[in-house]
Amino acid sequence: MELHNLTLQQAKDRLVAGDITATALTNAFLKRIDQVEASVKAFLSLHKNQALKAAAQADNRLQDGTGGALCGLPLSLKDVLCTSTMPTTCGSKILEGFTPPYDATVVEKLKDAGAVLLGKVAMDEFAMGSTSENCAYTVPENPWKKGYVAGGSSGGSAASVAAGECLASLGSDTGGSIRQPASLCGIVGMKPTYGRVSRYGLVAFASSLDQIGPLTRDVTDCALMMNVLSGFDPHDSTSIQRDVPDFSSSLTDGMQGMRIGIPREYFAEGLHPEVDSAVREGIAMLKDAGAEIVDISLPHTEYCVAVYYLIAPAEASSNLARFDGVRYGYRDTDADSLIDMYKQSRSQGFGDEVKRRILIGTYALSSGYYDAYYMKASQVRTLIKDDFSKAFNECDLVVSPVSPTPAWEIGTHSQDPLAMYLSDILTLSANLAGIPGISVPCGFSSNGLPIGMQMQATHFNEAALFRAAWNLEQQAGIKEKRPPL
Amino acid sequence: MKITQEEVQKVAALARLDLTEKEVEQMTRQLDNILSYVAKLDKLDTSGVPVTTHTQNITNAFRADEVRESLARDKALANGPRHNEDAFIVPKIIT
Repeated sequence: MELHNLTLQQAKDRLVAGDITATALTNAFLKRIDQVEASVKAFLSLHKNQALKAAAQADNRLQDGTGGALCGLPLSLKDVLCTSTMPTTCGSKILEGFTPPYDATVVEKLKDAGAVLLGKVAMDEFAMGSTSENCAYTVPENPWKKGYVAGGSSGGSAASVAAGECLASLGSDTGGSIRQPASLCGIVGMKPTYGRVSRYGLVAFASSLDQIGPLTRDVTDCALMMNVLSGFDPHDSTSIQRDVPDFSSSLTDGMQGMRIGIPREYFAEGLHPEVDSAVREGIAMLKDAGAEIVDISLPHTEYCVAVYYLIAPAEASSNLARFDGVRYGYRDTDADSLIDMYKQSRSQGFGDEVKRRILIGTYALSSGYYDAYYMKASQVRTLIKDDFSKAFNECDLVVSPVSPTPAWEIGTHSQDPLAMYLSDILTLSANLAGIPGISVPCGFSSNGLPIGMQMQATHFNEAALFRAAWNLEQQAGIKEKRPPL
Repeated sequence: MKITQEEVQKVAALARLDLTEKEVEQMTRQLDNILSYVAKLDKLDTSGVPVTTHTQNITNAFRADEVRESLARDKALANGPRHNEDAFIVPKIIT
């Protein structure tokens, strides 16, 4: 098998066995990037010299037996994570040329584990979007079909993994931004429980919803990554002091005794028939493997888009106030008063979707509207969260599609933001409730586009997700399929 | 109409954004669409329902009050569009 087609675990095994070196592996990925990047368009910055230097260090560590869990393995990073040796743009003009003075905790953890960081990949500006078309620099394409979206906002992460440009990537998920692109690109993506992974050094979008997580080729790799990323961080006061289990050990536990809840509201009108049938076939596989299937209801599902598109912009409007042209990023140097400098720098630096969300958020928080919009949404958030608490009395997992349709053509929804928001309906609730979710490939559409299944579990029960996801992957038998690049 | 062009301009000023006439027109239309959609929340009676602003029950995250090393001044200033050795430089505030 060509090196770029290996999984993270397979590459790790070959490195540890001494069959290949980290330098050879890194060179293989750099060559692959050279070959396919013109059509994938995932990378915002590629750092060959840093990568090769890290690979040489990894080779030394592998030789003297001090290599960490990811020693010598080439990865990409969503450009929303602070890196002290690489620019961090968040896909925005306002952060062009910005190199943070520190590494995000997750970046530090990857480096400590010996990972080789190839570069930073594309995303919707400040993670706001569902297709990565809102990136100010490049729009990544779906490796499975030219001219189709890779999903978003972690579209560059998903595209780079699916295209074999790296072994795995880190993304961030505020309303589905890891799970949806993973589904659209036919790979595995996990949004951990809120608080499981430190957000320190993740440029904030909506702080009560944001969570960092891995995008990988398969479920085994996802568990390997989560073992490295998880844990309390004194730099993030919302990270949770709680033991982290070995996620890899739960993969092979089997499906016996597991109750899988099928929320009727998630299989509603608007669901693409091929998505519906692929996910139902996946559910049948889990049942065959020994799971019990339970009908459940999440009655407030129809309100989740409305709640999310008030709360997320409200938090964003506050978080993005820091981009004012003073301490970092773009400044309009012609402005002659401070207020004018703020206004001009922000207006020229932010793209349309970011401005739109800042306006919605500022409006929803403004005097006279706060109760009607932000307060109301925060109350309905409680009802959505309670729906899940009740559901998890009846089942261990909530299973559904990830995206109502397979990937669509670039440009489809560019003039209609609301239509785009509505496509997030199946993934938003996990963030509103703070629970973990995973996207696992379960089939393909008739025109060759991947379809993913979403599994959600109660707080801190990622182990149940790994257990079921691994079983589905075994049954579905599409893990070896690679896009026709 | 849920929101007028004047309101959009007022909110833009609060958010320190300067919109062109065309942007005001387009944003008003799109925001009106979005606000009309979110009005579906009014259908729900939420009297007595507590708000959720966070999904974990953390009240205070205290740590020991110890002096630790912080970011060096030159590193903190390095990304400033205009700065000298001590501070960020901005347009005159008091005129």
